[in-house]
Amino acid sequence: MVTADKNDLRRRVDEYHKKNVLYIIILLIIWFIVSLGGILAVKTLNEFTFLGFPFGYYLGSQISIIVFIIEIFVYAKLMDNLDKKYGFYED
Amino acid sequence: MGYIVVFGTFIAFMYIAFATRAKRADDFYVAGRRIKPFWNGMAVGADWMSAASFISMAGAISALGYDGLAYIMGWTGGYVVLALVLAPYLRKFGKYTAPDFIGDRYESQVARAVAIICAIVISFTYCVAQVAGAGIIMGRLMGLPMKIAIAIGVVIVIASTVLGGMKSITWTQCAQYIVLIVGYLIPVTALCIKMYGHPLPQLAYGDILQKIVAKEKELNITPLYIEPFTKMSMADMWVLTLVLMIGTAGLPHIMMRFFTTPSVRDARYSAGWALIFIGALYITAPAYAAFQKYVVLYDVVGKPISQLPEWVAAWGKVGLLKIKDAIELGGNGDGILQYKELDLHRDIVVLSMPEIAQLPYIVSALVAAGGLSAAISTADGLLMVIAAAISHDLYYKMINPNASETTRVILGKSLIGVFAVIAGIVAAGNIGFIVQIVAWAFSLAAASFFPAIVMGVFDKRTNAYGAIIGMIVGLLITIFYILGVKFGWPVKISPIAGIKDQGAGLFGMVFNFLSCIIISRLTPPPSERIMDLVDHLRYPKKLTDAHD
Repeated sequence: MVTADKNDLRRRVDEYHKKNVLYIIILLIIWFIVSLGGILAVKTLNEFTFLGFPFGYYLGSQISIIVFIIEIFVYAKLMDNLDKKYGFYED
Repeated sequence: MGYIVVFGTFIAFMYIAFATRAKRADDFYVAGRRIKPFWNGMAVGADWMSAASFISMAGAISALGYDGLAYIMGWTGGYVVLALVLAPYLRKFGKYTAPDFIGDRYESQVARAVAIICAIVISFTYCVAQVAGAGIIMGRLMGLPMKIAIAIGVVIVIASTVLGGMKSITWTQCAQYIVLIVGYLIPVTALCIKMYGHPLPQLAYGDILQKIVAKEKELNITPLYIEPFTKMSMADMWVLTLVLMIGTAGLPHIMMRFFTTPSVRDARYSAGWALIFIGALYITAPAYAAFQKYVVLYDVVGKPISQLPEWVAAWGKVGLLKIKDAIELGGNGDGILQYKELDLHRDIVVLSMPEIAQLPYIVSALVAAGGLSAAISTADGLLMVIAAAISHDLYYKMINPNASETTRVILGKSLIGVFAVIAGIVAAGNIGFIVQIVAWAFSLAAASFFPAIVMGVFDKRTNAYGAIIGMIVGLLITIFYILGVKFGWPVKISPIAGIKDQGAGLFGMVFNFLSCIIISRLTPPPSERIMDLVDHLRYPKKLTDAHD
């Protein structure tokens, strides 16, 4: 019985973990684009202005930070839902 | 009066430290795991914001222009990495420190020992820089001799930490955050209100940037402030940003802050709150730099030296500003201050803002208190890592597993005191070097801890051989690259693709990951027990099953 339960748990964890990794990869792609990607594209982006800022500069100095903050809370909320679905939610 | 403000805040910190004193190991090392995400995030914010962030970063951006944003993105982006691939798993692991994790996950005292050494080296150098920073701030703003200022700083650090360890540290850091953010925001917000009528310098400085560029064109100043890659190549800036982000996630004193929340869920949210609190300062720093540059270009440059604003003379006296009009100093002797004849130290950007905004002296005192709070809060966190590494990781886990809780806590408290004093002594000695070394600490963290922990969670096949060799390879390559590029010893290395010594961690990190992957697969896999541990790390809840 113990072995069956353990394999069951392992399967549940593996499935849960795969979805977790998917969320992480998507969020890291966004993270990459607004920061490191922004550096690569800055000269093109600077051709546009926003609120008086060259857009590439604005991306690096403000948009990136705001996106980072939103991403972390989005991840926490997504994982709350995933936790509930797989029975791992802590309350 | 300034003294009253500054010492008033310190007495508040010491009171909080006393009220939160700890006797139990759980309280001492991880604050009883009872810190809610909002407060934990605030404490991380103060822990993270060092004297350098507070005083020097705006100045660095002013000097570097767009390229300086590497520091802004690097030191905030790292929290996303932390939240996604580190914090939840460390919290689930549940013990006290990063070397704990490495020692247990790889079932190896050798791995634990390597991790302990890394933790101490990284944290100690960082700590010396904080103590030196506190000394400099007190020296500049209160006219105290460096050595006395450092001694006072050491006493305050000890008083805030020894009694309660992590518990005191967390709560004093929350208080320190409030002091530092208020001290930081008031001067530049006041200037914005004067100039634009609204309190959001973070939005107003777009217009300021345009005005700066207009003046620079008029005065024939090149390169333009907003032009990218004028101080660093694109590759150098890109790699620096990446190394700072990964290094942030790999710093032991930051990792340790995620052991203190009640649950894994809370650890995730805590990282979000931390970034909100940190972001508040980091979004404002480029505004500081822009406003200050504007004031210099419009109110100082091109003006007769006898008619310069008061703040120029005041900060010249302190040594943060030099006027080189006289012919023997390289100027043209015409009595007018040209752009090239003005020499600004980067620390002046934040420190002079209260006077530029014509605020009363008490605001300057608040800024000083803010800077000191930043330095002390960071030093606290670092000393905790060192104390824990020796009392818990080395003594309890490697030498004497039967040590009682009381012994461990007393040992931990003593070590905080001892290392605070040692850091003070080193800081009083040789300072110029220190800022460089902090930058290297990020590379070392990125190259050593980060891969070992991430692979430990996400790859079951990574074993002790892979991790240990990975950490050592990462460290050696990073150190070798830094020495080779910076000092030409033992072998002169020319920067690969223009990447300077501050990007050394990239190479170390890549080779660490490769070693983990390849060597682990050439050697026996980890035990079934470890596979179970990794499963355990990957989900939040403690289930009541026996095999959890």
